Amino acid sequence: MTPQRIDLAVVGAGPAGLAAATTAADLGLDTLLLDEQDGPGGQIYRGIERAPDGRNKTTPLGVDYLAGKPLAAALRASRAGYLPGTTVWHIDADGTLSVLDKNGSRTIRARRIVLATGAMERPVPIPGWTLPGVMTVGAAQILLKTGDLVPAGRSVLTGQGPLIWLAAAQLVRAGAPPALILETAPHRNYHAAARLLLRALWPARRQLAKGLGLIREVRGAGVPVVREAVGLAALGRGRLERVAWNGGEIAADLLLLHEGVIPNIQISLALGLEHRWDAAQLCWRPVADEWGATSLPTVAIAGDGAGIAGAEAAALTGRLAALDAAALLDKLDPAERDRRARPIRKALKRELAIRPLLDALYRPAPPVLVPPDDVVACRCEEVTVAQIRRAARLGAPGPNQAKAFTRCGMGPCQGRLCGPTVSAVMADALGKPIAEIGTYRPRAPYKPITLRALAGLGASPSAGS
Amino acid sequence: MFRKRPEGSAATVWVTVEGREVQVPAGASAAAALLLAGLAATRETAVSGAARGPYCLMGVCFECLAEIDGVPNCQSCMVTIGPGMAIRRQHGKRIATPQ
Amino acid sequence: MQRIDAIVIGGGLVGSAIAYGLARAGLKTALIDEGDVAFRASRGNFGLVWVQSKGLGAPHYQRWTRRSAEEWPKLAAELVAGTGIDPALEQPGGVHLCLSDQELDERRARMEQMRAEAGNFGFDYRMLGPSELKDMLPRLGPAVVGASWTPYDGHANSLYLLHALHNGFVQRGGVYIPNRTIDYAAAQPNDFRLGSGADEVAAPKIVLAAGLGNAKLAPLFGLRAPVRPQRGQILVTERAGRVFDMPTTTVRQTVEGGIMIGDSMEDVGFDTSQRPDVMAAMAERAVLSFPWLAELQVVRAWAALRVMPPDGTPIYDESEQFPGAFTANCHSGVTLAGAHANVFAAMVAAGALAPEMVPFSARRFDVPQAA
Ligand SMILES: Cc1cc2nc3c(=O)[nH]c(=O)nc-3n(C[C@H](O)[C@H](O)[C@H](O)COP(=O)(O)OP(=O)(O)OC[C@H]3O[C@@H](n4cnc5c(N)ncnc54)[C@H](O)[C@@H]3O)c2cc1C
Ligand SMILES: Cc1cc2nc3c(=O)[nH]c(=O)nc-3n(C[C@H](O)[C@H](O)[C@H](O)COP(=O)(O)OP(=O)(O)OC[C@H]3O[C@@H](n4cnc5c(N)ncnc54)[C@H](O)[C@@H]3O)c2cc1C
Ligand code: FES
Repeated sequence: MTPQRIDLAVVGAGPAGLAAATTAADLGLDTLLLDEQDGPGGQIYRGIERAPDGRNKTTPLGVDYLAGKPLAAALRASRAGYLPGTTVWHIDADGTLSVLDKNGSRTIRARRIVLATGAMERPVPIPGWTLPGVMTVGAAQILLKTGDLVPAGRSVLTGQGPLIWLAAAQLVRAGAPPALILETAPHRNYHAAARLLLRALWPARRQLAKGLGLIREVRGAGVPVVREAVGLAALGRGRLERVAWNGGEIAADLLLLHEGVIPNIQISLALGLEHRWDAAQLCWRPVADEWGATSLPTVAIAGDGAGIAGAEAAALTGRLAALDAAALLDKLDPAERDRRARPIRKALKRELAIRPLLDALYRPAPPVLVPPDDVVACRCEEVTVAQIRRAARLGAPGPNQAKAFTRCGMGPCQGRLCGPTVSAVMADALGKPIAEIGTYRPRAPYKPITLRALAGLGASPSAGS
Repeated sequence: MFRKRPEGSAATVWVTVEGREVQVPAGASAAAALLLAGLAATRETAVSGAARGPYCLMGVCFECLAEIDGVPNCQSCMVTIGPGMAIRRQHGKRIATPQ
Repeated sequence: MQRIDAIVIGGGLVGSAIAYGLARAGLKTALIDEGDVAFRASRGNFGLVWVQSKGLGAPHYQRWTRRSAEEWPKLAAELVAGTGIDPALEQPGGVHLCLSDQELDERRARMEQMRAEAGNFGFDYRMLGPSELKDMLPRLGPAVVGASWTPYDGHANSLYLLHALHNGFVQRGGVYIPNRTIDYAAAQPNDFRLGSGADEVAAPKIVLAAGLGNAKLAPLFGLRAPVRPQRGQILVTERAGRVFDMPTTTVRQTVEGGIMIGDSMEDVGFDTSQRPDVMAAMAERAVLSFPWLAELQVVRAWAALRVMPPDGTPIYDESEQFPGAFTANCHSGVTLAGAHANVFAAMVAAGALAPEMVPFSARRFDVPQAA
């Protein structure tokens, strides 16, 4: 079967991918936007096309959410092809994508690829986090965005970061205020952040005002907040019953965790792109230049998958990657590319001004990265922190050998969720920086695929033994 | 665990969860249907049989594995519900059926 | 400088099994290995403890493989008892499925030749038709025309084996030294030195078991190990309740329940990338063999490099120039773990390879090959 041939494949229809695909198509590139979800929007603008229309309609999700509408509308109006419900399960360095939809698997050959696969919430491995009833803050948001569902009973939010206040405000507006917020930001973060506050004060004034407004809104609604909560644990038999912290305990039906978001690097790692440890955001990120170009000539990366910068920045970096693709594929003069990029870069600079402050203020406390020994690190294969430490003691030099020894990272999530913990625990156990320890080397299929779909790919059975 | 917001959109879809009829907002996922049906534990793991429920709802963790229309181990948070969809909990390892 | 009894270079299955055997024999041994990411076939294999097709045209290899399969249960039991890690060995016999009459004819000829070459040693095999296979394997597809079977075959969890060997080695006083790529050594007869300063290790014996790394290392010690990489890809499905009681060459069920589908043979140099067309061909063959597998989801897959001697037969050698230096190279480190830990290590500990190992020497490549 000959693959479909196109100029540009954009993977992920969040703000970065929407902007990239729309811009590229407008510049005359034969563009396809692929996303495993069944509608555009990515994480922040999930379910955006179903959100209420018109000026006088409101949603508990707020105006920033509705900002996704024009992005999605622009895509629909553009000449870019859009394939929802399509999962990319393998990418070859030559630009061939293997994709899976309800009809099976097929290949698409692109001259260039923009990865816009976004972020995921940082895993929060506290004791008891595997109990049913413990979820992420983002999960609750997704239920609100896609189904107008809100927590029933007593919900507790714990963690830190801008998103926790946004989600709390959304729940308040939706008539389901949390029973308690346990904020985990360590006090020393405030000192570190104070230094950066002055610098961010003016350029990031709008974002700061917005953030403070959310906190005020949540507190104003009477939601109790415990600050600097440490020693968190989810307790219960067979499901969550109580939430405990050093100094308190509360009965709860739902515990929502959040310690910020980190790039989703499954595909960029599998592609063998160069990555580096970001010591400010405490996560791995692919190395990319100012256009998002990576160490692989065919692949660029845009949005939060390249490093956390937020939705507006994601759309901007998506545009930059599209401009660069157009220049590389001879649809745009390089000088014109640079000219068009100028206002985008200016806006991007404004968006990024608040990042150092946020990174310092919401830097996760050490136990988020290196949890206590009895905590499950790998949820799929049920491997504890202690088992990973034991592998390190035996001489395993890093996460990949630890994986071979303990099966951590071998379950269906393929190490997406335990990767950060395993690297940090290995580093801690071996007394080395995480940057030196490295991380998993994931492989295709990026998402499970049935043998039926795989077999239908259409190759002659010449290999095999 | 979760409830519909009364002001929420009116469009709903009927599905069955563990054989019981449940009315779920259109556009929601099968995982949402399980939660709306009041199930916290939606599966038992294939490793130890421990009870688990959805965690991330965005396709990362694979904790939401469920049986959908007879197909085991579906990532239920990535499946949008459709009319009459039959959703069941996943009990440990799937059964392979050579007959 | 640290003086010890033996150095083993390479912490894959071959080096770990030998190092374990040496430590058990009472030798103070250092096992030197590279870091977290390396060419390490031992982390990417199919896990068969496989006898039936090994050693065609090389009866010494056939016997060596049989011997290893016999040593395996002892090794496994010892590892479970000593480390608590069970390499999950099962030796219920195994089959090779044929999907065409041509495949079946070729297989039959191969098995006949194996028996002929086994001589007095014997080689028990049977060619089975679909009706006989029905009772041994879960529902087969109509494409399966027959199979070969021997009672000697089995499988194990090769990662648990690697873990157990490392564990047992350290327990018996071995020192595991990762994050070192050896590219130089001071070699004298019965005196080998690696590293420098406080890090220097010296020993009268050294075993080169660095997999593909042996090709470059061997000449430093007056040895030859002309191994080349051969890529193999593997698929693993979601866990399922137990359906297979017996492994086949291309489909087997692990103790955890996942069904492994193997494994291509591709000569592509040092390239570990995955090829969807090859993965598809493997899936297709698996589904032709067992149509009901089609519904299972592949949750993991990978590509790894086999350590392939020019003629496929292992290379075991000792250096004439530098007595005390040995090398071991093979593409079946799981299968041969029993022989490596229990037989080969004992020879190294005793100071010389037994005469039966002579045909495995790289000197065989000096003689012009008959067609
Ligand atoms: C759960 C969650 C909720 C968030 N909510 C907010 C919020 O309310 N407000 C806010 O400001 N920020 C939020 N964020 C932060 C968010 O990362 C950014 O604001 C923004 O969504 C980043 O945009 P993006 O385009 O880079 O990626 P995303 O919006 O994350 O989009 C990535 C897309 O890639 C798709 N994808 C991934 N892998 C594949 C594959 N293999 N095949 C096909 N498609 C694939 C995904 O389905 C997804 O649609 C949230 C983050 C998360 C993880
Ligand atoms: C796809 C595939 C399927 C397979 N299936 C089977 C099977 O079913 N049954 C079976 O019996 N076998 C199988 N094998 C083979 C099996 O994995 C063996 O272990 C393999 O033959 C080689 O083992 P090894 O220890 O020699 O090499 P490796 O596992 O490659 O280990 C070599 C080690 O040496 C280290 N090293 C290399 N150079 C240096 C240096 N200069 N300094 C220090 N350290 C160094 C490396 O880091 C590595 O740890 C398979 C292999 C593959 C790839
Ligand atoms: S709940 Fe995490 S993948 Fe579905």
